[in-house]
Amino acid sequence: MAKNTDSARFRKVDVDEYDENKFVDEEEGGENQSGPTRLKWTLCSDNILQTRTPRYLCLSRCFFERAELLVVRVLSSFKSGDIEKAVGSLDKAGVDLLMKYIYRGFEKPSDNSSAVLLQWHEKALAVGGVGSIVRVLTARKTV
Amino acid sequence: MAYHSFLLEPISCHAWNKDRTQIALCPNDHEVHIYKKDGTKWNKIHELKEHNGQVTGIDWAPDSNRIVTCGADRNAYVWTLKEGAWKPTLVILRINRAARCVKWSPRENKFAVGSGSRLISICYFEQENDWWVCKHIKKPIRSTILSLDWHPNNVLLAAGSCDFKCRVFSAYIKEVEEKPGPTAWGSKMPFGEMLFESGGSVAADQTLVGGGGWVHSVCFSHSGNRLVWTSHDSTVSVAEGGKTGTVNSLSSETLPLLCVTFITENSIVAAGHDCYPVLFVYDGAKGSLTFGGKLDVPKQAAQKGISARERFQNLDRRASETQGTEKDLNSLHKNSIRSLVSFSPPRHIQLNSIVRFKSQISVLEGGRNQCTKFCTTGMDGGMGLWDVKTLESAMKNLKIV
Repeated sequence: MAKNTDSARFRKVDVDEYDENKFVDEEEGGENQSGPTRLKWTLCSDNILQTRTPRYLCLSRCFFERAELLVVRVLSSFKSGDIEKAVGSLDKAGVDLLMKYIYRGFEKPSDNSSAVLLQWHEKALAVGGVGSIVRVLTARKTV
Repeated sequence: MAYHSFLLEPISCHAWNKDRTQIALCPNDHEVHIYKKDGTKWNKIHELKEHNGQVTGIDWAPDSNRIVTCGADRNAYVWTLKEGAWKPTLVILRINRAARCVKWSPRENKFAVGSGSRLISICYFEQENDWWVCKHIKKPIRSTILSLDWHPNNVLLAAGSCDFKCRVFSAYIKEVEEKPGPTAWGSKMPFGEMLFESGGSVAADQTLVGGGGWVHSVCFSHSGNRLVWTSHDSTVSVAEGGKTGTVNSLSSETLPLLCVTFITENSIVAAGHDCYPVLFVYDGAKGSLTFGGKLDVPKQAAQKGISARERFQNLDRRASETQGTEKDLNSLHKNSIRSLVSFSPPRHIQLNSIVRFKSQISVLEGGRNQCTKFCTTGMDGGMGLWDVKTLESAMKNLKIV
C-alpha cells in the first residue's frame, strides 16, 4: 500500500482562524509610538475595517469588543497636539464613526481613557457639530 | 422679520387662509382658534370646538375655503363657513390610533390623513351619500406617518414615517378624477402603489444614505420633480424623480430639523430644534446638497469692555472669561420650530421679545417656486414672519438660487 511521505502538518492548521475578515492587526499596539502619519493611517484602517466587513460575518460580540479596545488604545496613544490634525483628515462619515467609538469608549472607562476621549470629543465636536452626536444616538448600525 | 406672540402654550399646528389675513391655529388643546389680522394686531374671531383630543393637524383649502382638522381622538372634521360660523362635518377615518397630520390635495377634492395606525387615509366626498369616505394606504408602512405632502398633479403623495423611510404613493381616486399622465416618478399609478422609497438600495459603504431617523417632514418642489425630507438623525435628503437611484443627503451639524419647504426650485428652508431656519441649496446638475446659511439675524449686543469683576464672575460661573453670549439663544424663536409656511404680510415689524423654538414652516407668498415670505410657528407660542429679500440683503453670503 502507498505511504504518504509528504508533510501532514497542514492538516493541523485551523483555516478559519486565518479568515481575512477576522483579521485584527495585533502589532499596531507596539508600533504606536511612531509619527502622527502612522497613527492617522491606523485610525483610518480601523474605520475601513468597520465599514467594509460585512456584518453577517461578524458573528461574535468579541469581534466588536476587540475592535473597541484597539481603537481606544490607538486614540490614547496620539499626542494631544496631533488630535486636531487627525480629526481634520477625516471626512464626514469618518467623523461620525469616530464619535461612535468615542461614546463607546465612554461606556467602559479604564485608567486615563476618559480624559483622552474627552479631548477627542471636543475636537470631533468642533468639526462635526451637535448633528454628529445626534447621529450616534439615532444610528441603527451601532459600533 | 416680524414676530408675534400668540400665547404662552406651544402652537401645535397652523394654517393660513387664501389672502393671508386669517390664521387658524391650535393652542395645544382640543380647540382651533382663528385669528384675524387687524392692522398690526391679531384678534381672535372664531373658536372651533369639536375635537375630543388634541388637534394635531390643520389645513385650510385656499380656494374652497374649507378647513380640515385632525386630532388625537382619531377623527377628522371638515369645517365650512356658513353664515359667519364654521360648521363641522365628521369624517370617519377608520383608524384606531391618533391622526397625526392632514393635507388638502392641490385641487381640494380630497385630503390625506397620516396616523399612528401605520396607514394613510385618503378621504373624498361622495356625492350620492353626501358623506366623506376614505380609502387606506397600508403597505408597506411599518410605523406612524409623521408628515405628508401632495404632488402638484393631485395624485402622488409623499409620506414621511417613523420607520425611517420617506415614500411616494399614488392616491388616485377614480371617483373624483381622471387618470393622471406620466410623471418623473412613474407612469403607472393605481391607488396605493408605492413609486419611491428612500433607503431602498443602500450601497455597502454608504452608511448615511437616506437617514437613519424618523422622517419628520417632507416637501415636493413646485414642479413636483424633487422631494426633500428631514430626518431625526440631523440629515436633509433630496431625491429627484427619475433619478431615484441617487438620494443626496447632507448630514447637518445642527439638531434635528422638524419642518422643511422649498422656496425656489433649488433652495430649501428648514427649521427645527435649533431655533432658527436654515437654508440649503440643491444643485441638480451636480446632484449635491450644500448648507447655505443660518437665516436668523440676532440682535447685535452692545459691545462694551468687560470689567475685571465680570471676568472673575464669568470664570467662577462658566469656567471661561468671555462674556457668555451663547447662553441666551440669539434667535427670533427660542424653542423648537414645528411648522414653516410661505407667506406675505403687508409689512414687517421688528420686535425684540424673547421667543422659543419653532416647529412649523409655511410658505406665505410666492408659492414654492418663488417664495418671498414665509412664516414659522413654534413651541413658544409665537409666530415669526420672515422676508426672503430682507434676509438676502442682511446676510452677505446668502444666495437663494
